Amino acid sequence: MTLLKAGPYSVRVNHRSLIVGVVLLVLLVAALLVTLSAGTNAFPMDRVVAAVFGSGTPAENLIIGELRLPRAVVAALVGIAFGVSGGIFQSITRNPLGSPDVVGFGIGASTGALVVLLILKGSLAATSIGAVVGGAVTAAIVFALSSRGGVAPLRLVLVGIGLGAALNSLNSLLIVRAQVYDAQSASAWLVGNLVGRDWDEARLVGGILVAGFVLCLVLHRPLSLSEFSDERSASFGLSTDRTRLLAVGTGVLLASGAVAVAGPIQFIALTAPQVTKRLTGAPGPNLVVSGLTGALLLVLADLAAREAFQPRQLPVGVLTGLVGGAYLAWLLGREWRKGRA
Amino acid sequence: MKTQNLSLGYGERTVVGDLSLELPTGRITMIVGPNACGKSTFLRGLARLLPPLAGAVLLDGRALAETPSREIARKLGILPQGPIAPDGITVGDLVGRGRHPHQGLFRRWNAEDDAAVTQALEATGTLELTGRAVDELSGGQRQRVWIAMALAQRTKVLLLDEPTTYLDVSHQVEVLDLLTDLNQRDGTTIVAVLHDLNLACRYADHLIVMKNGAVVVAGEPGSVVTASLVEEVFGMPCRIVPDPVSRTPMIVPIGRHHVFEENQ
Repeated sequence: MTLLKAGPYSVRVNHRSLIVGVVLLVLLVAALLVTLSAGTNAFPMDRVVAAVFGSGTPAENLIIGELRLPRAVVAALVGIAFGVSGGIFQSITRNPLGSPDVVGFGIGASTGALVVLLILKGSLAATSIGAVVGGAVTAAIVFALSSRGGVAPLRLVLVGIGLGAALNSLNSLLIVRAQVYDAQSASAWLVGNLVGRDWDEARLVGGILVAGFVLCLVLHRPLSLSEFSDERSASFGLSTDRTRLLAVGTGVLLASGAVAVAGPIQFIALTAPQVTKRLTGAPGPNLVVSGLTGALLLVLADLAAREAFQPRQLPVGVLTGLVGGAYLAWLLGREWRKGRA
Repeated sequence: MKTQNLSLGYGERTVVGDLSLELPTGRITMIVGPNACGKSTFLRGLARLLPPLAGAVLLDGRALAETPSREIARKLGILPQGPIAPDGITVGDLVGRGRHPHQGLFRRWNAEDDAAVTQALEATGTLELTGRAVDELSGGQRQRVWIAMALAQRTKVLLLDEPTTYLDVSHQVEVLDLLTDLNQRDGTTIVAVLHDLNLACRYADHLIVMKNGAVVVAGEPGSVVTASLVEEVFGMPCRIVPDPVSRTPMIVPIGRHHVFEENQ
């Protein structure tokens, strides 16, 4: 255990989590630099650094500073948002399948965004508000349906999966009824995409992350206690329902913010906390490491989606869907075996 | 700590009705009774894990329902039955989480927390297990670690729901000795639900015998435990002899077989 202090705020951290966190941060910076330098127009590292600080040639400033950098930053921020959100949900449901992309909150957020996009023809800001509202309404419905004198985690997962399926059909309906051009861009968005993301989007997720970070400071300890049985956390003077409500609010905010700018990219929220658990070997939500893992995963996935299939670019959601789907199948199989053992 | 006309139950069903009794401060109280007599429900009510249907539980003269939950957590610790530990948590980390009620949003971890955790680990003989994962421990070790977590909470009152279940006899005695140490050293008030009548009689200063959600009798084991009481409560004939080790009452059951003539 290491004690970290920042002014009056101090927190005990597991040694291994701290090392893993630092290593991930270094890898993330390295991955971002590679993303900026690689491509059809490849640049050496010194030019990348120059362009990032605005002192490259006009071409470098354009390609690196204005096209690649915002997209890479958005990928990292969205990855953090999904990773932290997944960590929160998996912690309160005590189940890896409790991730927002599995239980339908992500789908609900995209329903909200689609309504704004296709029916109200709203702007980016309006779309993101739509996503947050969609995610929150979905969460409220899931909670209302799955609570009977307290929320049972497993019931929440099952109800969420069911509602997600229903919302998926609603999304299809919205697209089928839209104008052809709108429908095409909406379905591209629904796959989850980072192509052409710029600083407006980065600022939007950035803002949501700042709010999420403050909430996570409050949440971190109650969350780590709520991994015990409900009775035990209650015996520590903790209101489990209040913790869950705040946690779900934070998780939905982060996931919906991410969905608003990048579309419902699948499986980052599912995988990041699980990878984190294996890397750190520590219990608890480990939100910081989970966020960094999510960022690294998404930056790498987006790099692959952008460059591996040249001259075409794949939407990053296709790639995470393929890899993550296989992972989900493996995970389901393992949980099933564990349940039978 | 005491209860006033306390009724507890689930939904419409009343399990414990109209209990008014006092749990002596600084003593060890054991609650016994047949299965489904409401003893665990009573303990959960005392720990404010179950809100009363009527009446109140008073701690330091104040109703639990009117005391902030965190304040209660600093005075009253509880060890529920069959606890689950988060996956892969280490002993040190688990016991450290017992400090939660003493920490605030900004006052996180300090020397006092370290001291409380170390002392709790020492008192339960689990200091050398600090770095081990809780899942890898034996049943007896695990129970001591859970008790250490409750100790780290540093409360004046400790409630335990069947702390010796699933333990073999040597570990049962070990756990009860540990609770007695704690009671004698720090004056901690201990209230435990126990299955084993003989161990309850041996370790209790104050015995509460329950049946059908009501208290049949309460008092010092030597003066309240009689053969007719056991027969009435458990529906089983028996003889009471003095425990050859502790001089407390020992219940020897009489079944249908293996009984000498003189006892029939």
